[in-house]
Amino acid sequence: MQVEDIIKKLNLEIVSGNTGINREVTGGYVSDLLSDVMGNSKEGQIWITLQTHKNVMAIASLKDLAAVIMVKGFMPDEDTVAHSNQEGVPILVTNMNTFEVAGKLYEIVK
Amino acid sequence: MKLYKADLHIHTVLSPCGDLEMSPAAIVNRAKEKGLDIIGITDHNSTKNCKIVEEIATNEGILVLKGAEVTTKEEVHCLAFFEKDNELNEFQSYLDSFITKIKNDPEKFGYQVVVDKNENIVEHIDWLLISALDQNIQQVERKVHQLNGLFIPAHIDRARYSLISQLGFVPSDLNEDALELSKYMTKSKFITQNQYLADRCFITSSDSHFTENIGDISTVFQLNEKTFGEVRMALKSENGRKVIA
Repeated sequence: MQVEDIIKKLNLEIVSGNTGINREVTGGYVSDLLSDVMGNSKEGQIWITLQTHKNVMAIASLKDLAAVIMVKGFMPDEDTVAHSNQEGVPILVTNMNTFEVAGKLYEIVK
Repeated sequence: MKLYKADLHIHTVLSPCGDLEMSPAAIVNRAKEKGLDIIGITDHNSTKNCKIVEEIATNEGILVLKGAEVTTKEEVHCLAFFEKDNELNEFQSYLDSFITKIKNDPEKFGYQVVVDKNENIVEHIDWLLISALDQNIQQVERKVHQLNGLFIPAHIDRARYSLISQLGFVPSDLNEDALELSKYMTKSKFITQNQYLADRCFITSSDSHFTENIGDISTVFQLNEKTFGEVRMALKSENGRKVIA
């Protein structure tokens, strides 16, 4: 399963990091505490969060995550977008809340 | 140059979690007992008890840095201090405009009261002061500096409501005046664990919610005299002013 497939199945919008749409997705991780994500997320996971700060991308690339989903219509900060493009880690946005999008993602990649 | 002992993170009765004994007079008394030269008054998202503490403290020869402990959108706690009353007042308006207004239940969260010199209650704040502002950390930092203030992310070593817990690490381009460590951490231990922060300026303060904790830990400044401007210089290590420990 690739990021591109997830985008289609969950009807997400891609904001940045388009070069990463073929990244392999191995699972998901849900947390809004970046310290927790840094410690506990695994390579290839899609991270669902409401945080929009550029540190999100620093951690996503450090942990080699497949992509980041920002929920509830939140948009990434400008420098977060720049970092996502630079690293090729896609930022996907949705109007769904965390519960909904995590539930749907789980059905696909569990 | 002389050494001055400072505790720059003290709550008053205005903070819902602040003990009702944390009256301006009690804070100043305790600060005096503990030999503090400089105290910071930092209630959650409000500056409204600062001036009364300053009025009492000035008579005791204690300098008060007036400010607040701001909760950013990411739920990062940051200290902000202002030198002039008009700057403090403008920051208060900013807090009032951007805080998420959720009605406080004093029975659950605690009372939030502004008091006068005689400890009479002059105002109850209706909305919960521990809510977050609808402003991210960079927006808060810019506002503080636009008002010529000092911006200091609070207790960054803690696992809750700290820059590091919420955002993973200290962003390299964050324009802070200092980083605050809690009384549970020493600078040397922290730097060992976070070597990328070795050249940053640190202060340590008590984050007191009860009078008995005031001055539990402090920061020692080397200053020419006890003023806001001198503290600013010390944080920047300018002209011989510095943070000693």
